[in-house]
Amino acid sequence: MLNTMPKSWNIESKPHLFCPGCGHGIILKQLGFAIDSLGLQKEITMGVDIGCSLLAWDFLDVPTIQTHHGRTTPLLVGYKLVKPKRIVISYMGDGAAWGIGLQNTIHAAYRNNPVTVIVINNENFAMTGGQASYTTLPGTITPTSPVGKPADLGSGFKGPELIRNVAHKDAFIARTTVTNPIHLLTTLKKAIMTQKENNNFALVEVLSICPTNWKTGAKASLDLASEMEKVYPIGEVK
Amino acid sequence: MVEKLYMTGNEAAVRGAVDAGAKIMFGYPITPATEILEGWIAKTVTDKSLQYLQSEDEVASGFGVLGAVAGGAKAFSASAGIGHVLMQDPISMAENMRLPFVGIMMQRGGPSTGTVNFSQQEVNLAIHGGNGDSFRIVYSASSVEDMYELVIKAFNAAWKYRFPTFVLGDGYLGKMKSTVEFKKPLKPVEAKPILSESGKPMWLRNCFSSEEELNTLLNNHIVDWEKNKSKIVESETFHTNGARYLIVAHGLVASAAKETVLKMRSERIRIGLFRPITLNPFDGEALRTAARSAKHIFIVESAYGQLGKIAKAELAGHNIKTKISQISKPAEGYTPEEILAEIKKHNK
Repeated sequence: MLNTMPKSWNIESKPHLFCPGCGHGIILKQLGFAIDSLGLQKEITMGVDIGCSLLAWDFLDVPTIQTHHGRTTPLLVGYKLVKPKRIVISYMGDGAAWGIGLQNTIHAAYRNNPVTVIVINNENFAMTGGQASYTTLPGTITPTSPVGKPADLGSGFKGPELIRNVAHKDAFIARTTVTNPIHLLTTLKKAIMTQKENNNFALVEVLSICPTNWKTGAKASLDLASEMEKVYPIGEVK
Repeated sequence: MVEKLYMTGNEAAVRGAVDAGAKIMFGYPITPATEILEGWIAKTVTDKSLQYLQSEDEVASGFGVLGAVAGGAKAFSASAGIGHVLMQDPISMAENMRLPFVGIMMQRGGPSTGTVNFSQQEVNLAIHGGNGDSFRIVYSASSVEDMYELVIKAFNAAWKYRFPTFVLGDGYLGKMKSTVEFKKPLKPVEAKPILSESGKPMWLRNCFSSEEELNTLLNNHIVDWEKNKSKIVESETFHTNGARYLIVAHGLVASAAKETVLKMRSERIRIGLFRPITLNPFDGEALRTAARSAKHIFIVESAYGQLGKIAKAELAGHNIKTKISQISKPAEGYTPEEILAEIKKHNK
């Protein structure tokens, strides 16, 4: 039988609450498979942020704590200091990691805190209704950019590239995408093992889709996700 | 056994944290609380069971404390003024999730950057600084010895009742040296893991999907708060028996007021002092008892009525017809003589 549901998922919280077609479901599925194949379910503690990420607060069958504004990372930094044997995963959106909580993302990387940060980049503030964010590309129409996001608000925030400049040389920094589940799975596994084996900081940005706020169907969503790769290249950031 | 030492309030705070069983401190340097971070880090050099993180800002410090307590370790931060403002975000989370956050706040002048050494303007902030219903335990220290004892009490209260807990001091108290005698410390309350790793996973959240769900949780907080309030409240009375005049003051101002009381008593004026040790919850019953015989109450503070509002609310509706004078000097301290002069001015 095809293994469709990771063992590390909390079945009681399924079906999940994300919108139909949302990228979070795909990402959390590969995260579940990554944890299963590494055999680390008993060692993991998860932290989730607010925004859509919040809906993952009881998604996995692992101890989980939820907070907001990218503070999930400093929260887990504190937890890891007193629980050094736990593997901690900080799960959040691009608003948390690259906007309101950027300072905390940068400094966890700079200090090389052994935390694995997963940033879901769907190019908008999805939970609040699809407003423009730092990762929204110029020209995109959103409720806060009704005639298209002005170019002078920035051309798309490249978080992993920024983090690379301050992170420890052995920290693992990468970008992957929901359109390539195999690459997604491999990257997530590597990010977890960076913490497990070498006690280093890891950050993975996952390019995701948001059909509800993008107002796109299945094909158009995936096409748009592939377009994103032109601005946000996939692979390890070195 | 009584040990005699010569130390500052900030040093006493560090010693209190160690004796309370704290294992980790998260902090960001800010005057006048910096010496607490420095003093704690010095302890970590010799005691390898202690840890610290000098974080990027007070927000990260506060959330670091919450992560550590979720892991079952006694953790704390120390800050002041604008740092205390930033830390309100994690403290609100502690209030909602009932996490035993402990903060030592050495008040400095405000609002905003203000001044760096003394004030009593962080009372409202400590009690009401979150977007909730102010279920926070707030102690106010009035001497170096007091700072040591209250820090231990704060850890005990936080872990016993699971409400975020503060010890308020100020820069004068933090930086002044005095001879202190520490009694045998209180027995520390045991820390227990909060986000447990054994058994069925725990999912702790801070956000709820319906009004009813959150209201149910908050009603539990209310029950716990109301049930334990009387066990938490503390106050000190000084020459209040049959006092015709009563000073109400907290923190270092209360220490100055004690001198004022002694001076006035030597002039055969029947005056006493009521000093709240906990500002929240507040020992209203003790205040009303002390107020019954008084014909004039003087609320003295280095803020514009922050203590005054609490005290007046506690006195209201109890048929106490005593005249009340509010004496405020925001962000500036008092000598005993100045308090005496203010009282005489208001009592004309």
